Amino acid sequence: MERDKNFVLGIYDDEDVLLSAVTKVRESGVKIHEVYSPYPVHGLEHNLGYRRSRLPIAAFLFGLLGTTLALTMQFYMMKYDWPLNIGGKDHAPIPNFIPVTFELTVLLAAFGMVAVFLISSNLKPWAQPRLFDLRSTDDKHVMAIDLVYNSAIERDRIVEVLKSSGASEINNKTFE
Amino acid sequence: MQVTSPVREPLVTGGKTYKDITHDVSRQVEGKPSVSWLIGMAVALGVLLLGSIALVATLWEGIGMWGLNKTVGWAWDITNFVWWVGIGHAGTLISAVLLLFRQKWRTSINRAAEAMTIFAVICAAMFPVIHMGRPWLGAYWALPLPNTFGSLWVNFNSPLLWDVFAISTYFSVSLVFWYIGLIPDFATIRDRATGIRKSIYGALSMGWDGAAKTWMRYEAVSLILAGLATPLVLSVHTIVSFDFATSVIPGWHTTIFPPYFVAGAIFSGFAMVLTLMIITRHVFGLKDYITMGHIELMNIVIIITGSIVGIAYITEFFIAWYSGVEAEQYAFVNRMFGPYWWAYWSMMTCNVISPQLFWFKKIRTSIAATFILSIVVNIGMWFERFVIIVTSLHRDFLPSSWVMFYPTLSDVGIYLFTFGLFSTLFLLFAKFFPVINMAEVKSVLKSSSEPKVNNYNGKR
Repeated sequence: MERDKNFVLGIYDDEDVLLSAVTKVRESGVKIHEVYSPYPVHGLEHNLGYRRSRLPIAAFLFGLLGTTLALTMQFYMMKYDWPLNIGGKDHAPIPNFIPVTFELTVLLAAFGMVAVFLISSNLKPWAQPRLFDLRSTDDKHVMAIDLVYNSAIERDRIVEVLKSSGASEINNKTFE
Repeated sequence: MQVTSPVREPLVTGGKTYKDITHDVSRQVEGKPSVSWLIGMAVALGVLLLGSIALVATLWEGIGMWGLNKTVGWAWDITNFVWWVGIGHAGTLISAVLLLFRQKWRTSINRAAEAMTIFAVICAAMFPVIHMGRPWLGAYWALPLPNTFGSLWVNFNSPLLWDVFAISTYFSVSLVFWYIGLIPDFATIRDRATGIRKSIYGALSMGWDGAAKTWMRYEAVSLILAGLATPLVLSVHTIVSFDFATSVIPGWHTTIFPPYFVAGAIFSGFAMVLTLMIITRHVFGLKDYITMGHIELMNIVIIITGSIVGIAYITEFFIAWYSGVEAEQYAFVNRMFGPYWWAYWSMMTCNVISPQLFWFKKIRTSIAATFILSIVVNIGMWFERFVIIVTSLHRDFLPSSWVMFYPTLSDVGIYLFTFGLFSTLFLLFAKFFPVINMAEVKSVLKSSSEPKVNNYNGKR
């Protein structure tokens, strides 16, 4: 058998059962491939042991880029390239540059972060998702366990662990 | 473990299950358009067509078609612009500010409110663009591009240019925020669909699979976008108010403008959300999701922001008197008792008196009263902008230049055009997109819904 092809799925109806099930399954030594949910379940990423997302850092860096670009652009255009005499006022009035600087900071932070999110999560219009169970976008939580990755543990043992953790259904899923 | 508080009103009534949510919301997208939708669409397209005559005429002939003159250089165009931008503000407030404050009731209304924001901003942005007269050259005046004669740049000292940046950032960030929220729901529809619909919603859902890791990132993105959108929404109407406040026209040159405009924007926006939501919940049968509790909470926001607006009107008046500046004093007396007295008193009645009726529980929990008052508030908010703009301009420092402003058919027609555009876009959204954020409503269902069986002896 090949890895990443053969799965056993535990289907859960309730988010709280799922949360404790994730802990139980991991404690029994079974490695979870991924959990698919119709809505965000708070604490699930923690129970699965995922590292905190670093997207906020991406947002900050893109925001910083926006601030720098905006200030550079305004100083260059207003003070160096073509200084305009507007009622004898300062060519580089910093307070007047704040609104555009703020807007560009927000714009780049938002767009940059969202771009990183889409790329890192492989979200694109032509993406063909691998769906384990269609009900995972409706009303069921689906826990996928890779059989080959867990080959040290027998399939029956995995099924037993899933059952005792509160799974309402246990299915097999094989991808071509 | 989440615990249901028996004190709180349930957010979702009727003992809905997760499957019911999927079904109730997706049904609108999957079914054939209803008769009421088709009638609505026909009316919207009719208005759009009628308005586009005025729009084409203005683009062809120039803005001389409008009622503007040498003294009143800004009138309906900027009034409508500020009015539409203001309406947009409620959507971001609901989706971003209420997210930061962890207000769960936002979940069933945020999708439609954000759609309203995006469409309202499109309508708003049309006015300054048309007012350019030759919008096809507008890029040289609005964007930081050197002009054709050399590297003369746009003026970064001008609030009008700040507006270009503020409105376009606001529009694009709102659009992205809205779309990110739509992706999981498109996936839900994709997984229920077959054939061509499956591929369309498949492309729209960008291959979403609901993996816990993606949800974790999605939550991080939502939180940061909300954190970015909150100061953004405040900045937008602040900058819009700078268009007036940084000038030296009596009645405009006041420091109270930014907070006063932001409060007014949220006030009118919530009124528009109520107008749209009351229709949507009725037509689509979503009364268990957009409950009386939601309507009441929105009415409370209207009381608060309406009172802030009322206090701002009185403060403005007091400061005009207290300043001792004659021109300023005259501007305000002229607003009240001058030739545009009717606009001023319409504004005062609609914006200051009518929202106070919501203090009565009977009125704020009545669908009919809320619907009527929500429209009254938006009429009032339109008059507010008209009063600020036209009454301040029509009698300024030079009495020999005092004139009246009268709108022409083109002014009215372009305003109608935006109504047609807004309604068309909103109806398209309501038919082809899930009007309620299914994933988010599901995430609060367990903690905040009415149980199927009443366990509390008939009471909750």
